[in-house]
Amino acid sequence: MITLNHYLMLGGVLFVIGLFGALAKKNAIAVLMGIELMLNAVNINLAAFNRFLNPDKVVGLVFAIFVIVVAAVEVAVGLAIVINLYRQRLNTSVDEADWLKW
Amino acid sequence: MGSTLTLVAFWILFVLVVASALAVVLLRNIVHSALYLVLSFVGVAGIYILLEAEFLAAVQILVYVGAVSVLLIFGVMLTRRGNIRQSNLFNAFSLAAGVVSLALCVLIILALARTPASLPLGSWPVDTVGALAEAFLGPFVVPFEVAAILLLVGIVGAILIAREVKEDK
Repeated sequence: MITLNHYLMLGGVLFVIGLFGALAKKNAIAVLMGIELMLNAVNINLAAFNRFLNPDKVVGLVFAIFVIVVAAVEVAVGLAIVINLYRQRLNTSVDEADWLKW
Repeated sequence: MGSTLTLVAFWILFVLVVASALAVVLLRNIVHSALYLVLSFVGVAGIYILLEAEFLAAVQILVYVGAVSVLLIFGVMLTRRGNIRQSNLFNAFSLAAGVVSLALCVLIILALARTPASLPLGSWPVDTVGALAEAFLGPFVVPFEVAAILLLVGIVGAILIAREVKEDK
């Protein structure tokens, strides 16, 4: 018998893997990949909660589609920033991107 | 679909998604990472099909597998430099990131262990696409239009940021 907890566990594990990728990688594009994994985990949770808790309305699916739209925009803008960074520094390492000082 | 068959399909997809996500994070070649990311997206689309959200699975394939991963691979190809085998290394904070991620994983699993598991599976509308259309053009019409504007602004902004700046004297 498959329950909500199965899907929540998958979402949680995927989110943690994405979080690790986003925090621990050097290449800015790999950081973007980690963020995409996290957004996917959130989408799994949204769809699963919708399916199990409130199946009369498709609100969770609507939210998941909004998240997908925002993720697509985020990847486009993020890659534009990475490409610009590469033009200026010939490098995509987030360790080297230290323009902001305090 | 039988319930054991669903369970078997779920665990196969679970292993596929988690293993390819781990490969994305742990591999040292960023081109391999990008290709495993595609595999992970396909696995998540399978999860949506298991949840009987076929429209979401189609959107996942179209947007993530079709567009986002191709965009990421373009980014890799446009910025690649030096030895490709060492193109996806860990940064200086990988130990702290590992500790934080592991702690969050333990927290999530502990919280899930306390959650009552026997939630009834509700009756899903057979025609999710129709229900989604009514939701998008009914109560969610303003967020829908705002999302369209966000998409336009984001794409124009990305073009502006990535545009080659001419050196004018």
